[in-house]
Amino acid sequence: MTTVCWLGFAVDARGAEPGLEASVSRQGGGLTDRSNAWPTAAQWRRVVLLEDYNTRVVVGGTLLLGVAAGVIGSFTLLRKRALMGDALSHAMLPGIGLTFMLSVAAGGTGKSLWLLLLGATVSGLLGLGVILLVRNLTRLKEDAALGIVLSVFFGAGVAILGVVQRMGQGHSAGLESFIYGKTASMIASDAVRIAVVAALVLVVCTAFFKEFKLLCFDADYAASQGWPTVVLDVVMMGLVVMVTVIGLQAVGLILIIALLIIPPAAARFWTERLGMMALLAAVMGAAACAVGAAASALFPNLPSGAMIVLVGAALFLLSLLFGVRRGIVIRWLRRRELSRKVRQQHLLRAAYELREDDAVVPNLETALASKPIPTRELLRMRSWSPRELRRELRRAARAGHVVVDASDRVCLTADGYALAARVVRNHRLWELYLITHADIAPSHVDRDADAIEHVLGAGMIHTLELLLAEDRAPAAVPASPHLIGGAPIPQPK
Amino acid sequence: MLTESAIPAATRPGAVPQPSVTVETEGRDHSPDSPLSIHDMTVAYHRKPVLWDVDLDVPPGKLVGIVGPNGAGKSTLIKAVMDLIPRTSGRVRIFGEPYRKQRHRVGYVPQRESVDWDFPVSALDVVTMGRYGRIGWFKPVLRRHREIARHALERVGIADLAHRQISQLSGGQQQRTFLARALVQEADLYLMDEPFAAVDAATEKAIVRLLQDLRSAGKTCLVVHHDLQTVSEYFDHLILLNMRVVAHGPTAEVFTHENLHKTYGGRLTLLSEAAEALGREARRT
Repeated sequence: MTTVCWLGFAVDARGAEPGLEASVSRQGGGLTDRSNAWPTAAQWRRVVLLEDYNTRVVVGGTLLLGVAAGVIGSFTLLRKRALMGDALSHAMLPGIGLTFMLSVAAGGTGKSLWLLLLGATVSGLLGLGVILLVRNLTRLKEDAALGIVLSVFFGAGVAILGVVQRMGQGHSAGLESFIYGKTASMIASDAVRIAVVAALVLVVCTAFFKEFKLLCFDADYAASQGWPTVVLDVVMMGLVVMVTVIGLQAVGLILIIALLIIPPAAARFWTERLGMMALLAAVMGAAACAVGAAASALFPNLPSGAMIVLVGAALFLLSLLFGVRRGIVIRWLRRRELSRKVRQQHLLRAAYELREDDAVVPNLETALASKPIPTRELLRMRSWSPRELRRELRRAARAGHVVVDASDRVCLTADGYALAARVVRNHRLWELYLITHADIAPSHVDRDADAIEHVLGAGMIHTLELLLAEDRAPAAVPASPHLIGGAPIPQPK
Repeated sequence: MLTESAIPAATRPGAVPQPSVTVETEGRDHSPDSPLSIHDMTVAYHRKPVLWDVDLDVPPGKLVGIVGPNGAGKSTLIKAVMDLIPRTSGRVRIFGEPYRKQRHRVGYVPQRESVDWDFPVSALDVVTMGRYGRIGWFKPVLRRHREIARHALERVGIADLAHRQISQLSGGQQQRTFLARALVQEADLYLMDEPFAAVDAATEKAIVRLLQDLRSAGKTCLVVHHDLQTVSEYFDHLILLNMRVVAHGPTAEVFTHENLHKTYGGRLTLLSEAAEALGREARRT
């Protein structure tokens, strides 16, 4: 195995055709690389257990890349500079092509990776500079500046690569790996370079944690306190440049942006804290990279950049759905629980208010118990369909709050009565508060009260009681301030 | 920047001179006890002036309202004072010195909409940010810094929400969080950009109480304000602004129908017409 050469150039040394230097063939696995055959159990084992040195280098190197990108990506995402990384990486292509041409023209082979990455860095930084120039000298917005620089630099890069291919050097094909990425060609020194950058990213982000946090949250405030926001932005962007450069080889310049955005965005679904977000982004970035690189080792014809992005996308999808803080499922569950609670409270309140006026002998509880309510009367109280009402009744019966008898009449249990009284009382307290303290017309109050009473906490109810204490006995259920049930409530215009 | 010759200050009658303070002047005295004095400040965005020749001294220990129509340059004034926006010309002195030397004495409350409240931090984290300047580079936030922040949250009445992620706070609570962040700066001059914008009645009351507390502690507050109804109730001093200072002084004197008409009346004042013409000129070239 060659150690000085790299990418497609490695193939040169072995005299093989470019594009075939996947790790499996390097390991002498015996399979032809172009086949899409399912890997054998032995191959699976070798990759999964990292038995081969090459696989260890590739998986380890990309894993560290994922860590570095996840951490710095968390900050740039929150700084709303995520797409800067994309423009930056695309702007690197002409630098790579030009460096190769110059190196060949100067009599070299154009194979020095260090030189190529240096060219990439210079050209990427030039792209960033042009973005800043366009943004500051014209009135174009940042997205326009990004779009212009990204496409123009990338276009120039593609054109230069076209020229390079006609130079007759014959081994320029490897340059295209910079576009799509090729982890398989990674060697130990590449992994070491990635490790150094990853360590640097971790050290700087830890040291600057509080400064970056302030910068990303409120840059103007940071500046007002005397923090050099430009310097901090340059440090942050410098780290992005380094991560992008070392990531070119593994995932390619088109897809490197995915590593900077997807893991941080996915991490956000799991936590409300910045430190934890950066940590989770590092873990997810590492997982996406390691699994993607391993997959690419197993299926040599699948480009590693694409595999890494797809694994990352899968993690993102899982986070989007199941993230414990902002995931879709948890939000849906919370909403469903609340609306169930609200509907149950509506049912109990309807039952209570239907019999409220009949409470002549000896009190309302016995009146409710002795005079079951026909369901059609309940149906009139709110705009619910018979089916919805039936479902709510079944739920309330299961909770032991009501009993429905054979002739379809509803009777509140003692528990149900207690709960209904509390619900009605909160509702009325809130209505009274809106009328007496928030200057809302009584005719409009019921709707507002409906929206909020179900989420009143104990503390809030206590405050309301204190506010309204002078008017009435605290434990009693106050009378409704408006007509109930059949009487239409005037709608606000 | 302007070249500034250091000439000892001629202190104003009645002013208490601070012995160690040397006031740089340029043909005009800057009273070292004035929390904020602005001299001939002009600010322009893209060659379109937004503030013309602003010239004022803010008296110490007062609640000062900045009032004017939309686009009058109220936020710009505050930002230009803190060097957040470059000044085209003019000079600003905070307690007699340039802002960069006195910024530890200035607390800032930006507009609530100026940040993304979805940011993954808690209310306590945000308040602690007001302390970062004192904590210094690279040093971590410690328990005692958080204690100070918690105390500030208590002062604005939302200590129980300290660990809530900030998007789960109501608008009024977010505004209180920002105020608490400025409080932990322990400043002498507070610059507040629309702290009363879109807050509930309870928060408005709490903010007014806080402002009065600050005043009795000898602090000066410069507050951008929108509601003309409450101006005379809340502020001792007033700056009426519409691209230039229409009037400034004690509220009772300045808050007159005539001044308000000058500030708000007619859609275009002479000055903004001139600015429009300049802007057209700039676009043509």
